[in-house]
Amino acid sequence: MTATTIPTTAAHDDGHAHGGGGHHTSLGLDNRKVAIWTFIGSECMLFASLISTYLIYKGRSPAGPYPHEAWTSPTTGEVFPAILNIPVTSASTFVLLMSSLAMVLALAAVQNKDVPKHTTWERILGSSKTWLWATCLLGIGFLGCQAYEFTSFIHEGLTMRTNLFGSSFFTLTGFHGAHVTAGVVWLFTLLAIDYKRGLRPSDALMVDICALYWHFVDVVWIVIFTLIYLIK
Amino acid sequence: MANHSPAAEHAHDESLHPTWTTYWKIAVILTVITAVEVSAYYIPAWENSWVYVPSMLIMSAVKFYIVVMYYMHLKYDHKLFRSLFTGPLLVAGLTLVGLLFLFSKLVLRLGLLS
Repeated sequence: MTATTIPTTAAHDDGHAHGGGGHHTSLGLDNRKVAIWTFIGSECMLFASLISTYLIYKGRSPAGPYPHEAWTSPTTGEVFPAILNIPVTSASTFVLLMSSLAMVLALAAVQNKDVPKHTTWERILGSSKTWLWATCLLGIGFLGCQAYEFTSFIHEGLTMRTNLFGSSFFTLTGFHGAHVTAGVVWLFTLLAIDYKRGLRPSDALMVDICALYWHFVDVVWIVIFTLIYLIK
Repeated sequence: MANHSPAAEHAHDESLHPTWTTYWKIAVILTVITAVEVSAYYIPAWENSWVYVPSMLIMSAVKFYIVVMYYMHLKYDHKLFRSLFTGPLLVAGLTLVGLLFLFSKLVLRLGLLS
């Protein structure tokens, strides 16, 4: 597919209100986009507090299992290996990054819906359904990796009540997983609209708002992956 | 004097929006940085050196910046959106650093407490 300048003149996804159901603010910006950015700002502070809590408690658990070091129980003599599974988490990080790519291409596809597509390949790659499905499936893939990780931790003896690491880790990553789940539900509603009446360039702002939320979930994971998984 | 009306800014913004090619290039860059981060975790010489933590934080910050600026279009969007995001982000960052100092985490790491 050829490089297409995004958005088209019909899209107006930069937040300037041009109809489509939004209300104008005094700056000429759509109130829905102002709202989502305000919400994202507040979410930054929520996740900062959760990450702070994790970092403060890091290394203060008197009993294991621990994230990066093996631990032998003094009472039972049982050996617990380092519990974080970096290969699986690296794969899930890659999946989430690719979901962001799929999301931005879904938005571009909606914005360029009116651009004529001549080949089958162009029709597939220019279809908003293709990219929305890809984003949904990648999001579900990420949640699957997280479910696998949580289950394996529980089998290895780490729960929310085991130690400070378990409490802060499950709270932080659980909150993030809940946000991803909400994002997947949101994406499915967009897909339902797309199948029902088709997403048009005039709906670009609606998709853009969902995309902003999705990308925010991605950037939060970028921080979590480095601070929790990679830095010992 | 320059025209800063919303309409003029809108027209200016549209000419600068990324293309499909840019989005794919950004995905490749993000993947490469992630691969380097994970590789560093498994390289003992790097992982045990003092540059490990700063390099990880820098790579993470670069990924964060790229996604926010290009995928979230903050680079091309209205200044108000930038303020709505960077303001709370700054507060969040200062809260995090403040709490780490308060609970002696950074003090110990920086060797300020014997």
